[in-house]
Amino acid sequence: MSTSDLDTIGQRAVTDLRRDFPAFADGAAYGARPDGGAPVAYLDSAATAQRPARVLDAEREYLEQHLAPVHRGASAAVGRSTTLFEDARATVARFVGAGEREIVWAENATDALNIVALGMADASAGLGGPEASRFALEAGDEIVVTEAEHHANLIPWQRLAARTGARLRAVRIDERGLWSVDALAAELSERTRVVAIAEVSNVTGYLAPVSDVVALVRERSPRAFVVLDACQSVPHLPSDLGALGVDFAAFSGHKMLGPNGIGVLYGRAELLDALPPARTGGSTITRVTIDSAEFLPAPHRFEAGTQPVSQVVALAEAVRYLESLGMAAVAAHERSLAERVAVQLAEVPGVRLIGPPAGSPRAGLVSVAVDGVHAHDVGQFLDDAGVIVRVGHHCAQPLHRALGITATTRASAHVYTTADEMDRFVATLGEVRSFFGVADEVAAVIA
Amino acid sequence: MSGLEGLYQQIILDQAKRRNGDGPLDGADAEHHEFNPTCGDEITVRVKLDDDGVRLAELAWQGDGCSISMASASTLAELAVGRPVDEVGGLIEGFRAMLRSQGTGEPDEELLGDAIAFHGVSKYVMRVKCAMLAWVALEAALAKAAPAAPVVE
Repeated sequence: MSTSDLDTIGQRAVTDLRRDFPAFADGAAYGARPDGGAPVAYLDSAATAQRPARVLDAEREYLEQHLAPVHRGASAAVGRSTTLFEDARATVARFVGAGEREIVWAENATDALNIVALGMADASAGLGGPEASRFALEAGDEIVVTEAEHHANLIPWQRLAARTGARLRAVRIDERGLWSVDALAAELSERTRVVAIAEVSNVTGYLAPVSDVVALVRERSPRAFVVLDACQSVPHLPSDLGALGVDFAAFSGHKMLGPNGIGVLYGRAELLDALPPARTGGSTITRVTIDSAEFLPAPHRFEAGTQPVSQVVALAEAVRYLESLGMAAVAAHERSLAERVAVQLAEVPGVRLIGPPAGSPRAGLVSVAVDGVHAHDVGQFLDDAGVIVRVGHHCAQPLHRALGITATTRASAHVYTTADEMDRFVATLGEVRSFFGVADEVAAVIA
Repeated sequence: MSGLEGLYQQIILDQAKRRNGDGPLDGADAEHHEFNPTCGDEITVRVKLDDDGVRLAELAWQGDGCSISMASASTLAELAVGRPVDEVGGLIEGFRAMLRSQGTGEPDEELLGDAIAFHGVSKYVMRVKCAMLAWVALEAALAKAAPAAPVVE
């Protein structure tokens, strides 16, 4: 790993790239402060990312120049608006290695995962005709998740299990919060109907061996669908969902430098065409009578009601921005930052790194537990030092419970994150225990 | 006093370690469990009233959380035990009002005693729930133990 990955993304210096983001301008939220103090370091991009000006501009430009309904009516304005809307779909599809019909707009990734789980619940209740029967679960069927899942990729499956009588099985994690293909294999059977995993854990930064999982599931559980929570992978790593071979995937716009209120469901076209739409209404249909409706093929069968068009258009601009940087270069930058933190943390007493150890593959985020200090107190201390991190259970209570801790402290990177910001995180972490009087106690015990 | 020292006054850091009232309570009249889903902090407060049901005779709590929530539970145990139930209700209400002040005003030391150390918490919106955790649990436990007592909502 070259040092330059810390400071550059491809040919661009990170310090230069930060000028693309209004939030880092002088006097802005994370820019130079009027009092000359160090800018606040924003290390919570895994929760929500800052946005480049061109993404904000794209949304405004659409609203000022092109706002009109999409797929409704016959005016030229509708035609232009619809073209922008569908071009955005093509842009996102290209970005993740999907076909255009394989990209469904959702509110966010949570919504996208719910569309799949609720569609399967509908199929289990007999809706959707014979082509939907492949999604029908029954008592005795099994749904496999891991203990590391975000609640968004857990609770929808709990509900599907409750509705259908299927059983939820959880792949065990180890003391670092990681799981293996072998551990997953132990939970698979011919009764497995869904395998739902995150490509990148939002707590540990673990990179799941998705290709191996898909191959194994096809062999052991031929009736199972592989559902990928790609929230922490698509914004940070090169993605080729088609080649990866998963059945469904979900990701959110606001974590990939795009707007809030827009997420994406990816599904293989033949599956999306057969999955019952969880939400129904206008513009999803072909023929409607007073007591029946027939639905369009994907993606429009899932897009009921007025769509968030300006967000869709701006999301496409965020994708073009990421493409201009190159996702391989983005991934190298973020990984080098996280690796640097992992290495440095080994020298900080009383701080336990959760997730892959230094030297192992990981995504651009790092979570820690500080001995004797609750994560909320750690986060408060960091906040006071101008370092914004995420503290809590990160919507992954089962993972934390399995590790025997209630909460962790997470620093996460994105394209604009600097090595200096990550160094401030580590240096400030090193002061936490003495502030809370914990380091002294340990020293006294040793003495 | 800088922001951080205003929040984590020495008395709070000391109370977080002292943990007055931490432990089980046999023969409790009532108990209540409170959970803060945003951070996972939780506490169970158990209470025992005196024979005529007027005073809070014993209070014990078991829980896990940040220094603010643990210090707050410890301080509460110190302040509330032995007082009439209605007076404890007033104490809780005064504490709640202070935490809702967003750092304004002067806390009522006569009413709140050492609990005024938590005045600084009121400036940190995200930490108010931490400080309230044990107090809300006690309020609910008392409502169960002495339903007729004037516990202020």
